[in-house]
Amino acid sequence: MLNNLIWIPLLPLLGTLVPLFASRFSRSACAFLTAGLPALALILVFQNTSAVFDGEALFTSYEWIPIIGLELAFRLDGLALLFAILILGIGLLVILYARYYLSEKDSIGRFYSYLILFMFAMLGVVMSDNLLQMWMFWELTSISSFLLISFWGHKTEARKGARMALTITGAGGLALLGGILLIGEVVGSYNLYDVLNSGDLIREHTLYPVILVLVLAGAFTKSAQFPFHFWLPHAMAAPTPVSSYLHSATMVKAGIFLMARLYPVLSGTELWFLIVSLTGLATLLLGAYTALFKHDLKGLLAYSTVSHLGLITLLLGMGTELAAVAAIFHIINHATFKASLFMAAGIIDHESGSRDMRQLNGLWKYMPHTATLAMVAASSMAGIPLLNGFLSKEMFFAETLHQDSLGSLSWMVPVLATLGGVFSVAYSTRFIHDVFFNGEPINLPKTPHEPPRYMKVPVEILVALCLLVGVFPSLVIGDLLYTASSAALNGTPPEYSLAIWHGFNFPLLMSFLALAGGLIVYYNRKELFQFQAQFPDSDPKLVFEAVVQLLQRQATTFMALVENGSLQRYSYMMLSMSFAMMAWPLLDLNATTGLRPELPVDAISITGAVLLTIGAIATVVWHRERMAALLALSIVGLIVSLMFAKFSAPDLALTQLSVEVVTVILLMLALFFLPQQTPKESSPRRVVRDLGIAAMIGGVIGTICYALMTRPLDTISTFFLENSKTGGGGTNVVNVILVDFRGFDTLGEITVLGIAALGIFKLIARMRLYMPASDESGRPWTLDSHPMMLAVVSQSLLPLALLVSAYIFLRGHNMPGGGFIAGLITAVAIIQQYIAHGVNWVKPRMKIDYQILIGSGIFIAALTGLGSWAFDRPFLTSWFDHFHLPLVGEFELASAMMFDLGVYLTVIGATMLILANLGKLTTSERPVAMEEDD
Amino acid sequence: MEGIYAFCVGLLTACGIFLALRGRTFPVVIGLTLLSYAVNLFLFASGRLKVNAAAVLGQSEQYSDPLPQALVLTAIVIGFAMTAFVVILAMRSRADLGNDHVDGRLPNVQAQARLRNRKLRK
Repeated sequence: MLNNLIWIPLLPLLGTLVPLFASRFSRSACAFLTAGLPALALILVFQNTSAVFDGEALFTSYEWIPIIGLELAFRLDGLALLFAILILGIGLLVILYARYYLSEKDSIGRFYSYLILFMFAMLGVVMSDNLLQMWMFWELTSISSFLLISFWGHKTEARKGARMALTITGAGGLALLGGILLIGEVVGSYNLYDVLNSGDLIREHTLYPVILVLVLAGAFTKSAQFPFHFWLPHAMAAPTPVSSYLHSATMVKAGIFLMARLYPVLSGTELWFLIVSLTGLATLLLGAYTALFKHDLKGLLAYSTVSHLGLITLLLGMGTELAAVAAIFHIINHATFKASLFMAAGIIDHESGSRDMRQLNGLWKYMPHTATLAMVAASSMAGIPLLNGFLSKEMFFAETLHQDSLGSLSWMVPVLATLGGVFSVAYSTRFIHDVFFNGEPINLPKTPHEPPRYMKVPVEILVALCLLVGVFPSLVIGDLLYTASSAALNGTPPEYSLAIWHGFNFPLLMSFLALAGGLIVYYNRKELFQFQAQFPDSDPKLVFEAVVQLLQRQATTFMALVENGSLQRYSYMMLSMSFAMMAWPLLDLNATTGLRPELPVDAISITGAVLLTIGAIATVVWHRERMAALLALSIVGLIVSLMFAKFSAPDLALTQLSVEVVTVILLMLALFFLPQQTPKESSPRRVVRDLGIAAMIGGVIGTICYALMTRPLDTISTFFLENSKTGGGGTNVVNVILVDFRGFDTLGEITVLGIAALGIFKLIARMRLYMPASDESGRPWTLDSHPMMLAVVSQSLLPLALLVSAYIFLRGHNMPGGGFIAGLITAVAIIQQYIAHGVNWVKPRMKIDYQILIGSGIFIAALTGLGSWAFDRPFLTSWFDHFHLPLVGEFELASAMMFDLGVYLTVIGATMLILANLGKLTTSERPVAMEEDD
Repeated sequence: MEGIYAFCVGLLTACGIFLALRGRTFPVVIGLTLLSYAVNLFLFASGRLKVNAAAVLGQSEQYSDPLPQALVLTAIVIGFAMTAFVVILAMRSRADLGNDHVDGRLPNVQAQARLRNRKLRK
């Protein structure tokens, strides 16, 4: 469907950038420009209003990650419409208000940017048509709330409050994610349409309790329900526009929104009723009671918000459809009067310099205009007739009378609700009387006065709405409430009447009782305050901090235990883990020996095995006698290459042999720079432990190897054997695989080789080395470092070696050989010259830059691959043909040979770069090194 | 024959691991080299053992599996590059840190640090 839905959240997203650019202009211009895009979004919302009022829900969706059921999907139904209007409307008022609230020192661009980011996130939550997507926006609201609370980051309470809010709502968000994933598992889709129509499926599923608890954990933490309510009062460290926007009108309603959104799916069960209504009731009472004793103006309003959120939750928990309508009505009403009250509190704070009600008295004289506005809003909060708060509270009282889910104890609900109403009236009265009357101001930092004209405009608009809704409810709010309720109920809402006067009935009596009781309580507040003062003041912040610090300490202890900086410990742990993981499946393997017949044992093999065993064990035993260990190691390497030769892998044997030579040269060079003695420092216990784990893993690996070899082979190599000659033009299948079938792999491998060599080159550069002047027995090094015999022989061997390597290279495609082996042989031949003559002799005679050699090798190989593009073939498609020349006879040319040339050059370059640079360190050519004692 | 081969692989693994768990860099490098022999032999064995069956067309009656051989061939070469890298790293760490312990500091220094940590935590 083509509509402009996507732009409603998208415009604010773009709008986050506007204030950052606009902050260079005047503050008014910045506020004006910032408001532009959200205002446009609000117009878009209003454009779609009539369609939604006609009972139509608008959808738009784009594919995102279909494999996990994630899409970019937005919907605008009644509930989303209601919240979108609240978010954008109050948001615009808050932008105007914040322009006057923030001081010159505050970065207004940053503030607006965060605020609009939050607006975007919140719109995303309410308009999401996909649960996963909604969760993403949900988390974004937590993050933007964190940024806004900590806006005054120089204050401790701002930082702590922000951290607490993020921890609590973030943890709830994780629980919610769990719940959403489970819903997705049960329903098979995250799309809201599918989910909303699977109510019975979810409620009857065995996972329903888990889903419910997880989702409610998310909703309760976000909406500050008992026992997670304590973060909200601490979030009041935020600038007041934030408190009024996020922490009363919108974000804290996200949890309520979630419950309303999933109401058709999750509600209607005993469990839902018990958890939601009891939590709501507890929150309602606790919040209302605590609010009365708060001296801080914003603290009072914060706890009052907690209490009203509890009231809405209680309504949703009752499970009747009428209660849900009342809940939605109260969402609207609470947003209007509470946002205006926060703004009024902000004005008082701004113009008098204090929020403490023990100092604030008699402000009526100084700011009559603001006082009037605040008094109307506070009366609405108390539930005085002709104001919107009265209507929804009346509906709430009526609903408490009609429910009977608590059996014979049901009468307690209306009584407790009235009690909540009593305290609500009491703290509202306190807000009015204590601040605006009750004597004179005490020690205020500045003389209070009316705020700038336009700072009052947002408050005026909201208060006017309170009045309008209060007097003409069905005219002003009727349509919106009806569509929002039908969306929340996923059906037609029941009959209800929005009239002010319903005649003399029980709800009216309850309202009257609450009013009278509230005034009595407020009148006797001195005694109550004294009574309350007897209790130790338990600060949830301290408890929270203590828990966080305890967790941190335990984590540190645990980390110190596991991660003590010892590589040996880490290796040991990893090996133990891998041993467990390898050995476990072996228990299921019944027979070690498989069905494949074994090869006969011959004397040569046994000799080889014995030599290998001796070599390996000697390496271990002599590992502190480094030279001896190296010799023993080379025996092992030689036997390994003989094993390859024996078991029909001539290419491997050649490669292993030449690598063995360069490895031993490398290690001998390294020996020169490493300490000459390895101290004996392993305790016997550690030796036994290491021997144990080594033997166990060796045993397991040997077993797997044996089991593997004695089982029949089902290989894909038949393809390579069949196509090697016809498709790749070579008879040496191993080489054809390397340069043709799997050429792309090889290209990657020579690249790795080149990178490793370059990394080594960088490591060697500017290395400060200790060079011993003598061997470990104290004998000085020989003066004759380049014996003549070696020099002469190696020099005459060089052309021969190069010839051999060229031969090996050329025949590689059809016989054992190829670029890798030829490259290693060439490298060995050149190394020999370095050993025999020294770097100083070789350098002027062989002007090859090995880095360029590596680069050109990889370049040639890649170019060969790219060449096939010229013939419209995929990367690295090979080509070959046979030619005839006089004298030479018939020969074959293949593009794979070019590729192999690249391999050849890279191998030489890498090997030489490593060894020549290392060798250079031993000469006078090396960079200036500091002699240091070990 | 397979039994002997598997024994060799297991032995090389065990020796390699034991040395890799030592505290000084040189034995660790040697251990890793032994371990890479074992790994290469193991991978090679996944193509099963065959005698006189080089995978060169027209040279023998039957052919050994060429695929593991191709894999192991590049593994050997890259294994060399990695050994070289570890060796140079060991040298560099000795040059920069003044000792050749794998932790970058000597064990008695370590014990002192732990003692200091414990005090700090209190």
